[in-house]
Parts: sequence; C-alpha cells; structure tokens
Amino acid sequence: MRKFAYLVPKTLDQAVSLHQSHGNRAMYVAGGTDVMVKVKSGKITPDYLISLKHALGSPQLRVNSDTGELHIGSLVTHRTLETSSTIKRHYPILHDAVQHIGSVQIRNVATIGGNLVNAVPSADGAIPLIALDAVAKVYAGTGERTVDLIHFFEGPGQTVLAPGEILTEIVVPKQPAPSAGAYQKYGRREAMELPLIGVGVQLSLEQGSNRCTKARIALGVAAPTPMRSLAAEHYLVGKEITEETLGEAGKLAADESRVRDSVRGLAWYRREMVEVFVKRMGMKCLERIKEMGA
Amino acid sequence: MATEVRFKLNGNRMQMTVEDHWTLLHLLREELGLTGTKEGCGSGECGACTVVVDGLAVNSCLYLAVDVAGKDVLTIEGLAGKDGTLHPLQKSFVENGGIQCGFCTPGMILASKALLDENPRPSEAEIKHALAGNLCRCTGYVPIFASIQAVIDQGIEEVDVVVRQSESPSD
Repeated sequence: MRKFAYLVPKTLDQAVSLHQSHGNRAMYVAGGTDVMVKVKSGKITPDYLISLKHALGSPQLRVNSDTGELHIGSLVTHRTLETSSTIKRHYPILHDAVQHIGSVQIRNVATIGGNLVNAVPSADGAIPLIALDAVAKVYAGTGERTVDLIHFFEGPGQTVLAPGEILTEIVVPKQPAPSAGAYQKYGRREAMELPLIGVGVQLSLEQGSNRCTKARIALGVAAPTPMRSLAAEHYLVGKEITEETLGEAGKLAADESRVRDSVRGLAWYRREMVEVFVKRMGMKCLERIKEMGA
Repeated sequence: MATEVRFKLNGNRMQMTVEDHWTLLHLLREELGLTGTKEGCGSGECGACTVVVDGLAVNSCLYLAVDVAGKDVLTIEGLAGKDGTLHPLQKSFVENGGIQCGFCTPGMILASKALLDENPRPSEAEIKHALAGNLCRCTGYVPIFASIQAVIDQGIEEVDVVVRQSESPSD
C-alpha cells in the first residue's frame, strides 16, 4: 500500500491547522472504513491522514433532557446506534437504517459522521436523519456553523464542507408526539450491499386520531443527493393516514424522484419501488405509533 | 513515518514500532508471522480478516495498526489453550463440519466469539445478522450456524478466551 503519515491532533484547532498546512495532500479520517478502501485501491492518494479520533473527544450519544434534542457525536459508530435502546425505542427509523449498513465488523468501526461526509447518493445513514429534520454542526476553525442536513449534500461525494471544516455533531430536534418513522433499504441482500433504493417515512399524528400533522418522506438513490418528496409530504398533512392516502403519497414521491438507470437497477423499477415502500413504511409508522401508545 | 505503540495481543503485552500505513492485518501476518488471520478481499467485504479488538469484531484489513495502541487484540492464535485444548467454538466447528477449506474459519470463529461474549443466547436470526459480514464459499453456511448453535445448546457459560501464556516479546 502507498505510504502516508498518520497524524493524530489533540484538538479541533490543531486538526484544522494541520489540514491548512498540508492542503489537498491531507485528508481527515475517522473510522477509516471508507477512506482505507479508497487508499488501498489507489482511488485517493493522500500523503497525510489526519485522524479526528482525539480531536473530537469521546463519542457522545445523548438526549438533552431540557430540549428533548438528540445529540449524536460524529464519532458515534453505526453499531452504537444499532444497539442503543433509546434509538430503537424513540428513533426506530434510524435503527432500521443502521442495522443494515455494512456488517457488524464495519459498523463497529465506521462512524455516522464519516458516513455523512462521504456523501454517497445511497447514504443509508443520511436518509433517516433527514426525515428527522437533523442539523449538522460544523467546526470551521473560526467558529461553529449549523447546516440543515437536507442542505448538507451537493452532489455525489460532495458536501457543503469547505476544505478543512469538520462535521462535529448531528442534532435531531424533538419530534412532536405521537410520531414514528420507518426506513427500508431495498437491495439484493441485507448486508454488505448498497441499496437499489432507500425510503424513509416519518409521520406525526394528531393525539388520539390518525390525522397527520407532519410528514417527512426522504429518499436515497432517488437523485444525485438524498432528497425529500415535498409533494408527498404536503399531500399527507391534514389527511387521515390510510392505505389509500399513503398509496397516493407513494405515487407523488415516485413522480418527484429523479431515479436513473444504473448497474444496480433500472429507473422504472426504482420508481415503482419508491411507490411501494412509501406506502409500506407509512403503514409501519402507524403500527409503531399504536405500539408506543399501547 | 513510524509510531511506537503498546497494546495487548492474545494476552501478551506488546511494544513495537509500526509504520503509519500498516494495516492491523499486515502487522499480524507480515511482521508478527501470525498467519491464522486471512486476507480475502482486502476491502472489508468478506470478513476473512476478522479479529477482535477490545471485544468488538473488526476487519483487520481496514484497521490501521497504529490504532491498536492501548487496545486488546485477539486473533485465532489466542483462542486455544497452551496445551492445544481447543476453545469450545473451535471444537464445535470441527465436530459439526463448520470447516471445509478453512479459509473463512478464523474470521467466522472470531465473529462468533464476539457475538457470544455480547449475547450468550442469540436467536438464529441474531446469529445470521452477526455473521452477515463473513463469506464462506464452501459450506453453504448451514453447518457453520449449527456449530455455533451447538455451543449455545451446551450452555457453556465460560466461552471466554483462554489466554495463551507464551513468552511475551516486550517484557
């Protein structure tokens, strides 16, 4: 393998200044499960890998009891999210997604921050977080800025992060009660696979009825970046959630998607699967809201 | 560049200088001669290189050697007793035909060990979920799952590692 120097700065400021002094010969790394694959294949040739393991401190996954916000540190691994009882109980859409990313071996090491920064169109970690209205916190050296996760991605492999900037944390706002979500990664096999399509639905209902007060429909591999189907979301708000209304929302989402043909699947099939899974995930949301109330 | 790291390997305290670009797999096989850990795909897809770091199964082909500093690493060489007594998982794989060509076996056994240490009574679905990152081209998986199930059925509480007390290179 090509040689590189591995730098482990102790603070974010040191990390930023190292990145500045080495310019495009340097690259940040966290778990390394994506970076190392690219270095080994020669796809990228950094002279310096700057590890963020110490600079970002110990990975934090916590709910702020005052605000009800969920804070996920960038270094939190997919396995930590998968095995967290808080995530499973209160953010099932995220649990659905992370348990099928890579394998246990990958999830033990791969971080949620790395998954987001990597910005592949199929980012299974991003879709549920977008459906939860998550915000990305970015350290820029001169201070901190926040970006709505839906606006974090600019294209395949491209994010709004400027060179040297560091994604430090994801914050998920408190969801209106009662609400629940569900995510379907649809591919040929469950593990070690990129999805043909990813569909996340997060619904909030009126207390004691099935009337929808808030809807989020987020799609992966449906466009060059993760996207939301605003048409389907607008359609659902104020309506009773039933198989019929969800079917209609599925149609709207399929129309709005910008799926394309690729080696993994054809556009027409992906469009049909968007329709199928928006409905199916919506029904799962209903089921989960009922279970929570029970 | 090179870095001095201290870590534990199969119960032995280690102190050595590792090159920044070495993977843990390279360190084990090429520098330490521990060839029980296999390299399959080299890109985190097949699980043949699985080792256990601080109780977690990881792909050693993607794990930088410098990152084991301060950690506890277990490879297949650390499972059997000094007298050659096989670990219950190893014994079960032998007895239940969980091994054919053997290439995936070290990774399969270590991924299974990490699972059972965390969850001593996994369901069949949980076993399959935990081993989804380990490919086997011979057995069709059925005897592998049966091997793990047999260990669970024996109700061996002590599936824990038998540390091999060989001479330590560091102290």
